[in-house]
Amino acid sequence: MSLDKEKVRKVATLARIKMSEEELGHAQEKLNNIIGFIEQLAEVDTDNIEPLPSPVNIRLKLRKDEITDGGYAEDVLANAPEEMENFYVVPKVVE
Amino acid sequence: MSALTHLTVTEAIKGLENKEFSAVELTQTHIKAIENHRHLNAFITETPELALKQAAESDKRRAAGTAGALDGIPMAIKDLFCTKNVRTTAASHILENFVPAYESTVTRNLFNQGAVMLGKTSLDEFAMGSSNTTSYFGNVINPWKKSGGSNVDLTPGGSSGGSAAALAARLCMGSTGTDTGGSIRQPAGFCGITGIKPTYGRCSRWGIVAFASSLDQAGVFGRSVEDTALMLKSMAGYDPKDSTSADLEVPDWPSLSKQSVKGLKIGIPKEYRMDGMPEEIEKLWQKGITGLKDSGAEIIDVSLPHTKYALPTYYIIAPAEASSNLARYDGVRYGLRVEGKDLNDTYENTRAAGFGDEVKRRIMIGTYVLSAGYYDAYYIKAQKVRRLILQDFENVFTQCDALLTPTAPSAAFAIGENEDDPIKMYLNDVFTVPANLAGLPGISVPAGLDANGLPLGLQIIGKAWDEETVFRVAYAIEQAANFTSLPEMVTRSAA
Repeated sequence: MSLDKEKVRKVATLARIKMSEEELGHAQEKLNNIIGFIEQLAEVDTDNIEPLPSPVNIRLKLRKDEITDGGYAEDVLANAPEEMENFYVVPKVVE
Repeated sequence: MSALTHLTVTEAIKGLENKEFSAVELTQTHIKAIENHRHLNAFITETPELALKQAAESDKRRAAGTAGALDGIPMAIKDLFCTKNVRTTAASHILENFVPAYESTVTRNLFNQGAVMLGKTSLDEFAMGSSNTTSYFGNVINPWKKSGGSNVDLTPGGSSGGSAAALAARLCMGSTGTDTGGSIRQPAGFCGITGIKPTYGRCSRWGIVAFASSLDQAGVFGRSVEDTALMLKSMAGYDPKDSTSADLEVPDWPSLSKQSVKGLKIGIPKEYRMDGMPEEIEKLWQKGITGLKDSGAEIIDVSLPHTKYALPTYYIIAPAEASSNLARYDGVRYGLRVEGKDLNDTYENTRAAGFGDEVKRRIMIGTYVLSAGYYDAYYIKAQKVRRLILQDFENVFTQCDALLTPTAPSAAFAIGENEDDPIKMYLNDVFTVPANLAGLPGISVPAGLDANGLPLGLQIIGKAWDEETVFRVAYAIEQAANFTSLPEMVTRSAA
């Protein structure tokens, strides 16, 4: 299946990447190239095969649900493009 | 002085113990070498002041008798490992000015054993690439050139290209890498050095900028198998901060790696014989087989029938995980921000300006395969094939102890080659990707030169958690191949 330009535009929007018409055109070509390649998997018989989300069978450890870390807002905010009084500042989202 | 840059880690530790030189001297020599080889563009950030401070502390520890396993050894760190108070970029514009307030577990483990950090090495942006040509900070140049006086710049491979180039050029004694689809083994092959990716879960991923979390694994480059065993031992170990890190004892790989391979069964997977592969690689592979036979190993033919599906599987799973991991770069909490008319517009502007083309491409592929209506056809399908690939390995490992394959289907290629067609570039990883999908340890050992005088590597893949056998087979190959060639650039500067 190949992607038309509108589908590429939708994917770019979902991925939150702004693209010009020209960039969308380039992306469409390369993405279709890759999608053609990954579609080979359709020929593999995977009936009754369980998906494998992680390669190594490690049983996840549980720990007590308690605070073990934190209390350094300054460090956390040190790389923020904009911050104020220990909060991140973003463009206005509520009118 | 330049002789100091030619020592292995093991030799340097002896020299430090015998007071033949100090950690400060060793570090100064390497800092000088880095300054003299800036044209390779191996480093994004050099940290000479930090290195000298760490070296001076190391000398004090050694005098006090409290030296660690890597005390005073100057290393380069891939700029994907977060280093406290040292800029960590992932070779991306979006993290160009990111200075972590914390230390990754792997670098902390290295520093706890006394390692000295010379700087942060370049890589493909977010480790996405096989040629180190997607770095925001420019291409890294392989110290090797084709023989006959060629001055064409070659790629060091990728994504850990800066770490591999720096080690091959004698700018450091060891370097860290990460390997999601071959990003340690392929550059090790291209640069004529040794590089290991351990079993998924051996090294903590905490503090490593994430690419594809079910595939990413830290590892190390060294100039001998013994060196990689020594450094990996310091890096590995359980870390409660990474839920996929394994709570298993780390074996004493340096001492175990030299055991004979006598009686080991080595599988040769027939699917790794690719159409169009240069004859020299086939020859090198045969030489490796002969070398192992002569050392007493038994060689058997095996089959991994789903090998050809590993790359397409990888190019669904890795971008899917990447699109999710890289959603965090939103211009709000850290990294670049490019203002827009509202929050969504700010996100879109930031990510458009902050990511390079290959990263955008992979995020978009990942977004597409995870989107409603396509999730089952692509992502779940790929996870099912991933299980078949794992089962292939589980089956062959009932017949043999390790596998021997070429590392990559070619030697280093010119910078700019393979750029128009992403699939052609992806094919570089055809022999390395399966071990990531199955979580298995893999090492690349330099085993010979091609007709152009460029290094070629052989790969050994082992069972999960059995790095020991991987090291043993690698050591046998190292002994048999006796690879002593150096880039002409290095022999010239040593003369």
